[in-house]
Amino acid sequence: MEKNGLKLIKKGAEANLYLANWHGKEVIIKKRIQKKYRIKALDEKIRLYRTIHEAQIMHEAKKAGVATPTIFFVDEIEKAIIMEYIKGVRVKELLDSLKPNQRINLCLEIGKIIGKLHKKGIIHGDLTTSNMIFIDNEKIFFIDFGLSFYSFREEDRGSDLLLMKRALSSTHFKFFNKCFKSVVEGYKEEIGIKEALKTLNKVNEIEKRGRYAER
Amino acid sequence: MSHKIICLGIESTAHTFGVSIVSEDGKILSDAKDVYIPPVGKGIHPREAAQHHSQIAHKIVYQALKDAKVKLKDVDAIAFSMGPGLGPALRVGATIARALATFLNKPLIPVHHAIGHIEIAALTTGAKDPLTLIVSGGHTALVAFARKRWRVFGETEDITLGNLLDMFAREMNIPPPGGKNVEKLAENGEKFIDLPYIVKGNDVSYSGLLTAALKLKNAVKLEDLCFSLQEVAFSMLTEATERCLAHTEKKELLLTGGVAANKRLQEMLKSIAEEHNAKFYVVDPKFSGDCGAQIAWAGLLAFKYGVKIKVEESFIKPKWRLDKVDVPWRKTG
Repeated sequence: MEKNGLKLIKKGAEANLYLANWHGKEVIIKKRIQKKYRIKALDEKIRLYRTIHEAQIMHEAKKAGVATPTIFFVDEIEKAIIMEYIKGVRVKELLDSLKPNQRINLCLEIGKIIGKLHKKGIIHGDLTTSNMIFIDNEKIFFIDFGLSFYSFREEDRGSDLLLMKRALSSTHFKFFNKCFKSVVEGYKEEIGIKEALKTLNKVNEIEKRGRYAER
Repeated sequence: MSHKIICLGIESTAHTFGVSIVSEDGKILSDAKDVYIPPVGKGIHPREAAQHHSQIAHKIVYQALKDAKVKLKDVDAIAFSMGPGLGPALRVGATIARALATFLNKPLIPVHHAIGHIEIAALTTGAKDPLTLIVSGGHTALVAFARKRWRVFGETEDITLGNLLDMFAREMNIPPPGGKNVEKLAENGEKFIDLPYIVKGNDVSYSGLLTAALKLKNAVKLEDLCFSLQEVAFSMLTEATERCLAHTEKKELLLTGGVAANKRLQEMLKSIAEEHNAKFYVVDPKFSGDCGAQIAWAGLLAFKYGVKIKVEESFIKPKWRLDKVDVPWRKTG
């Protein structure tokens, strides 16, 4: 793994993100670092699986028409992925500061992207506004596919959309209702009303299964 | 000497009936309790827990007053755990609280049990604006405070960590308290057995892990199974916590609730707090399990900010969600 000028730009939950120069390209190196809290056998298994899997699924997502950083290299020993550097702003920082109609459009677009993934049987597994990067006033990149997997099950789709709902209600609570409504709109548009309703019913069901939900 | 506000709090959400008296300056003057212990291999029977509570309630109330050296007439407010919890058990505490409030003509203060866990932890550790992990029989949730409420950033999608350990212990005929005894057995475990590790974003799911662990009953050494169950369950939760810590960028991590006493869980969480330059706090072990003090202290804070409820409206809420409670006394966020 040849790289120079490694600069830590983000300490994520399970990986460190470095900005580096790789064969003359500005790249992001996502390195899954050892977790001291996990015993070695468990830690090694999780990191290796997620590294390989994330790279595969990010590529699959492109086929579904979802913008994701291009993968340049996967290092199984270092548990690192070298990928394209997306210069943009995280939706987490952006969403609350937008004008109402811009916010609605952004949420519609997010809903559409989730719909595209689900239609191709990809469950993102960690849909938060931290994992979406907005560039050039139009395009949204989805990142962080470490918890992604393939499934067409309603349960998995519901659980995925529920994460998005939770992210909006906890981090963007001021605009939660309108934002989630728009996400659902976009989702419906992409995946079709029939499929969307199945997912939404599951969202409700999973919420009710949770602790102390009002039934 | 100016009068310090004194609050009497009653806890009765599940197996513990507790009464505590606290004063405005954050002193816990007394914390009396009695715990209903189900027979080995059985869980808490709500009716039997309620019977236990009603039989010992008067003794515990007197004990709390005696230990605190406070007379009933000097109490300014009566707080009680209004939920969430087992209906029959909650009703015992609520009935006694209503009777006291009516008899003394003092305000009745509704307290959410988990907010009690958070506030007693904040009081005993000094944590100001933490990402809080509540782990108990009733809750497994990652919460942070923003605009009037505790917001849930991650939680269990099915059973709680306390449930997992208790139900596992029960089925394995490990005597109560399940969590503590599983921890002891785990210390002698050596071999790691692969079990399902389920993290969904900031959420965890424990029901599949429980099923998988129970299927191995008698097939592997119990100590190894306890060890592996703890390792997987705690690693999952630590990972979810780390995700929330990275997402919220809080500089404090607070661990509270019954399972907070587990040393292995503490060790794991401490390691991620350090990695994210957050201060790590654990609730005082005296108050990690259910106790009157958590209700009395949260009740006192609520009372100071005008929170109260009319006796005729004070229905218990067995399914009261933490993020539905307004918390006027917290300013941060």
